Amino acid sequence: MNKDHPGDIKEARQTTMTSKANIPKPLPSRKREPSDTSSLRNRFRFGESLAEYSIKTISFISLAVIILIFIFVFREAAPLFFPRPHSTFTNEELRQETYGEEPDTTVSVKSTAIAGGRNSTSLETSGGGEGEASLKNLSGTVWQPVSAQPKYGLLPLVIGTLKVTLIAMLIAAPVGILSALFVSVFAPRWAKEILKPAIEILAGFPSVVIGFFALIVLASVMQNLFGFEYRLNALVGGVALSLAVIPIIFTVTEDALASIPRALTEASLALGATKWQTALYVLLPAATPGVFAALLLGIGRAFGETMIVLMATGNAALLSFNLVEPVRTMSATIGAEMAEVVFGEIHYNVLFLIGSIMFLFSFTLNAVAELFVRRKLMQRFKGS
Amino acid sequence: MYGRFKYTGVAVYGLTGLAAALILVAVLVIIANIVIGGWNTISWEFITASPTEGMTKGGVFPAIVGTFLLVIIMSLAGVPVGTITAIYLSEYAISTSILARMIRFAVNTLAGVPAIVFGLFGLGFFVQFVGKGLDHLLTGGVELHWSQPNILWASLTMSLLTLPVVIVSVEEAIRTVPGELREASLALGATKWQTIRKVVIPHSLTGILTGGILAVSRGAGEVAPILFTGAAYFLPHLPSSLSDQFMELGYHVYIMATQSPDVEATRGIQYATTLVLLLLTFGLNFSAIYLRHRLRRMRA
Repeated sequence: MNKDHPGDIKEARQTTMTSKANIPKPLPSRKREPSDTSSLRNRFRFGESLAEYSIKTISFISLAVIILIFIFVFREAAPLFFPRPHSTFTNEELRQETYGEEPDTTVSVKSTAIAGGRNSTSLETSGGGEGEASLKNLSGTVWQPVSAQPKYGLLPLVIGTLKVTLIAMLIAAPVGILSALFVSVFAPRWAKEILKPAIEILAGFPSVVIGFFALIVLASVMQNLFGFEYRLNALVGGVALSLAVIPIIFTVTEDALASIPRALTEASLALGATKWQTALYVLLPAATPGVFAALLLGIGRAFGETMIVLMATGNAALLSFNLVEPVRTMSATIGAEMAEVVFGEIHYNVLFLIGSIMFLFSFTLNAVAELFVRRKLMQRFKGS
Repeated sequence: MYGRFKYTGVAVYGLTGLAAALILVAVLVIIANIVIGGWNTISWEFITASPTEGMTKGGVFPAIVGTFLLVIIMSLAGVPVGTITAIYLSEYAISTSILARMIRFAVNTLAGVPAIVFGLFGLGFFVQFVGKGLDHLLTGGVELHWSQPNILWASLTMSLLTLPVVIVSVEEAIRTVPGELREASLALGATKWQTIRKVVIPHSLTGILTGGILAVSRGAGEVAPILFTGAAYFLPHLPSSLSDQFMELGYHVYIMATQSPDVEATRGIQYATTLVLLLLTFGLNFSAIYLRHRLRRMRA
C-alpha cells in the first residue's frame, strides 16, 4: 500500500463526510501544510475522480438506452407522418400487380383477391387513399397489411390486446393477491417453504415454455371442456398469460404486505381482531398502494408479452368482442410480421408505430406505478 | 355479532389457500407435462446432434451452442455495466439527487419495457443504424456485413433487456456489505475508490454472480428480442464470427411448435427441446437462488 500517505486523511475524511454524516470531524488534518502533500493529493484525486466519472458515465447507459429507444423506435415509425415521395410509388406498383383478377396462382395473390372481394364496398368508398398510412387508414377496422389494398387499421389489434390483457388480469389479480395474502398472513411455515420456490419457478419459466404448454395442452383441454369453436382463442391466451403475470402481482403485493409496520398487526390483534379480520381490514387496506403498483406492473407485463400470445391466441385480426374467438394482439403482430416485411415500407413503419405505442404505454404505466403509487406508500408509513 | 363473521373467516382462509394451491398445481402440471412429454426423446444424442431431414429428426446441438454464445456475449456486455451502475447508485450517488433518481427511474422503466420493443430497438438501432454505419465505414456501404441481423446485435439487445436484473441484484448485494467495513477501510486512509475496489466489490462478488446468473437465465428464456435481431430458423453451420446468425433454444421451440412442416410428427422433438430449455433455465435459477440464500445467511 504505497499510496497510503498522511495526505490522504483529508481526502478520506471528505468522502466519509459525504456518505456518513454522523461521523465526527477529525480536526488536526486541517493544520497540515498544503505544500508537502499537494502533488500527491493531486495525483490521487486524479485517479479518484477518473474512477468516479467513469462510473458515473457508465451508469448513464440505462438512461441513455431509454432515450435511444424513444428516438430509434419512433424514428422508424416517423415516415408514416412525414411521408417520403417514393413510398407512394411502391404502392402504385404493388396495386398494379394485383389489381385485376389475374389468373396468377401464388397464394398471397389469391388471398388478397378473396379479401378484396369481401371488402369491395369499403374499397370503393375510400378510393385512392388506400395503402397510404393516413390517420384514417390507421384508425380503420381492418388489419390487412399484405394485400392489394393494404389496410393498417389498428383497432382490431388494440381490441385484441385489451381482450387478452383483461382475461389475464381477471385471473391473475385475484390469484396473485390472495395467494400473497395467504403466504404472508395465514400460511404455516412448511406451506411458505413450498409456495415461495413454486412462485420463483413460475417466474422462471421462459415465456415460450408457457406458450408451448398452452398451445399443445391447455388449448386442447379447454376445447374439450367447453367445446370452443376455435381451438386457439383469446381465452386460452389469456389463461396462459395469467401464468406469466401471477408471479409479478404476487411478488409486489407480498413486498407491500411485508413492509407494513408490525405495530399495525399487533394493535389489531390486541384489540381482539382475529387473524383474518386483521388481514382483511388492516393489512390489505394498508397495502393498497402496493397492490395498485402490483396491478399496474401486471398489466404492463400482460400487454407486452409476446411469445405466449403469439403461440396461443390463434392470431386472427378479427374485430369482435367475443372472448372465445381467435385474436391478434399488438405484440404478436410485431413478432409475426416483422420478419417478413421489407425495410422502409409502410408496413414496416406501421409495425414500428405499434412498438412505439407499446413503449409509450409501458413507460406511462411504470411512471405511474413508480412515482405515484410507491411514493404514496412511503408517505403513508412515514406519516403514521 | 361474532357468528356473522365466522363464515367470512372460513371463506377468507379457503379462498387464499385455494389461490395458493392453484399456483402450485399449475407449476406442477406444466413441469410434469413437459418432463413426461420430453423424457422419451431426450438423450445424449439429442443434445449433441444437429437437426436432420428438414428438422423432423436429429437433435438440438446448434441451438444449445447458439444459446450459450448468446448469453456469454450478453453477460460480457451487460454484467460489467450493470455492476458499475449498481456501484454508482449505492456508493456514489446521493439517493435524493436528481441524477440518481433519474437513473433509478430509467432502470425501473427499462425493466418494464416489453421484450418485443427491445427487439424493435435492436433492429432499429443496432442493425439499421450502428450496423449500417459500420458498413459505410468499412466497405463504403457496398457490402452488407454488419447491417444484417447477427449474434452480436442479438446479444447486445438481450444485454439491455437483462440490465435491470443485474443492477437490482448487485445493489442488493452491495447493501449487505456492513458499513463498519467501509468505515474501517476509510479510517485506514484508503480512498473511496480503493475502498470500493478492495472492500465493497470483493464482499459483493456473490451478489454480482447471482445477478449475472439471473440475467443469463432470463436471457436464455426470452425469444421476442431476438426474433428479428439474429436468430435463424435453421443453419447448417455453427456461428463462427460475431456477424453470423445463430440458432437458439427458445426460438427453436417456437418454430418447431408453430412452423414445423409436420407438427404432429415432431411432437417428441418439441417436448424434448422445451425440456432442455427448461432444465437450462432451472439449473441457472436454482444456482442463483442457492447463492442468494447463502448471501442472506451471511448477512444474518
